[in-house]
Amino acid sequence: MSNLHYALFTGCTAKQSTPELLSSTLAVAEKLGIEITILEEASCCGASHLQDFDEFLAHVLNARNICYAEKLGLTMITICNTCQLNSAMTKHALDTDADLKARVNEKLAEVGLEYKGTSEIKHFLYALTEDYGLAAIKDKVVTPLSNFNIAPFYGCHNIRPGELHHSSNGNENSYVPKSLDNLIDALEGHPVDYDSKNKCCGFHVELQATHTSEVLAGNALVDAIDNNADMVVTPCPLCHLKMDTYQDDLGKVVGRDVEIPVLHMPQMVALALGATEKEIGLNYHVQKATQVFSEATV
Amino acid sequence: MSDTRKVKIKAFRFNAETDYLPYTKEYEMEVGKDELVLDLMNRIKWEHDGSFSYRRSCRHGICGACGIKVNGKPVLACKQNAIELLDLFDNDITLEPQSKRRAVKDMIIDKGDFWDKHAAVKPYIVADIDPRPEKESKQSIAEFNALLDADLCIQCGACHYACPALEVNEDYLGPAALAAAFRFTADTRDEATEERLDITFQTGTGVWDCVKCFECAEACPKEVNPIEKIGKLHNMQFEEGVAQSNVATRHAEGFVRSIKKHGFLDEADIVLYSEGYLGMHKHMKTALKMLKAGKIHWNDALPFVDNVPKSKNLDEIQKLIDISMTNKL
Repeated sequence: MSNLHYALFTGCTAKQSTPELLSSTLAVAEKLGIEITILEEASCCGASHLQDFDEFLAHVLNARNICYAEKLGLTMITICNTCQLNSAMTKHALDTDADLKARVNEKLAEVGLEYKGTSEIKHFLYALTEDYGLAAIKDKVVTPLSNFNIAPFYGCHNIRPGELHHSSNGNENSYVPKSLDNLIDALEGHPVDYDSKNKCCGFHVELQATHTSEVLAGNALVDAIDNNADMVVTPCPLCHLKMDTYQDDLGKVVGRDVEIPVLHMPQMVALALGATEKEIGLNYHVQKATQVFSEATV
Repeated sequence: MSDTRKVKIKAFRFNAETDYLPYTKEYEMEVGKDELVLDLMNRIKWEHDGSFSYRRSCRHGICGACGIKVNGKPVLACKQNAIELLDLFDNDITLEPQSKRRAVKDMIIDKGDFWDKHAAVKPYIVADIDPRPEKESKQSIAEFNALLDADLCIQCGACHYACPALEVNEDYLGPAALAAAFRFTADTRDEATEERLDITFQTGTGVWDCVKCFECAEACPKEVNPIEKIGKLHNMQFEEGVAQSNVATRHAEGFVRSIKKHGFLDEADIVLYSEGYLGMHKHMKTALKMLKAGKIHWNDALPFVDNVPKSKNLDEIQKLIDISMTNKL
């Protein structure tokens, strides 16, 4: 057992369209002896869209989520970049604006809660790389990923805006992010260096600006494939959904075949740590990815 | 340790009048610890090749002329320390124009699209004022603070040419113009709120085309944080009651509907609610694939069927929405 214990904010996708994200996250935690308490009381983070509609309401709901991590006295971890950003933005806003904090707490008092600002919020990626440590992860690898060229796709909301994330992401520089590359390296995979790794997948305008969204995600996949990637790995389920479920459409828009498995970061780690096929859940992908499991052990 | 570092600086070279394609040239130099990217450009011009072209003027981070990119990172050349960049990029840096496809000569680009968009949002105070005022038109500290830091923009173009949405969709106004739109709309002396919100809420050109990548916030050398201003413009549409019901506004407001029912977002319902039944045909092909993969279930979108997980203590969430919501669509 490690002595790490986190409160897990699952977000909405891990409870619905990407069940493989939750099962692989829990599998990784179990393999590494990290204790996880799921925040079952938590609500949606607003995904930046609720923030567009009603910023104050979004702060109240996110503050409520954080309250439950504070009650447990634990660091809150997220498994979605957008959950990370929106939770961290609320924390930052409340911790730096006493008046806003008071107005939010006035609402929270109505349901018997109080936001104090005592819990940190970090993405599971950085819990692994910063808290658990790459060397310790490397020691636990049972299936080295040496058969794969793996393209890290960082996802905007873990790396930008830099100053918001620096306390939780190990000072990652958004122009030269390294955490995911280093993690791939620790799992003995071959990180693919390509320009699109820190770019936007377009998920957030999927409905209202479909073309923009598809060009952005399509270009990123082309870039990964042209740099010899066997798979793309991302810490964000929204990037995953955009690049996996819409892969056909992306190919049409960029005029190229862009077939490639897109794994969640915890799926990749779970694979290397010897988790079961069921825990990794590659069957839940739209673009066929189940072959990755057998290819890893060839 | 020596105070200087010997490196090869690469630069993008192109003359639209004579060159068919751009090329890269290397310039070897000793870089001092206090030198700026602007100093490197000066030295290329003065010590290596007098034809190397770039814009520069104030050298004090206020005129906005010397914006370029280094290895894709937007910088204001007169503010950016060169050694810091060399450290960041392992001593391998390439000076590039803000937009390669708009390059005219070396670092100089045609910034016409930037200025057209800036002009389109009426970046000035619209007010019916007395031509012979008896006293000055005063602003309180609070009124000034309401502009946030939007007034600090120097029109350098760093955010505009870092924006991936703009790269794909040429009609999009982009972060700099939208931040300017916010700056004047939030000014209490201005009387063009509705007009400017009307300009900025159009789909295809306005705030709803922002992809939320935060590249603009990262790029800005004056910490204007354009995406924050875009967010404020989103909010203002609802606050001022000018938001029209469309796929983007229903998508934003639809989150409340889902969260109130489940605590979580109902992924099937948000698409249906945003698009309407008629708009759903676009998503059927993807929905079928998701169904096959077990990501969604055959009865997810049926009325009276509820497959969505619920947050524990949902009553708290519902109460908080009731007492905290300030906007309406």
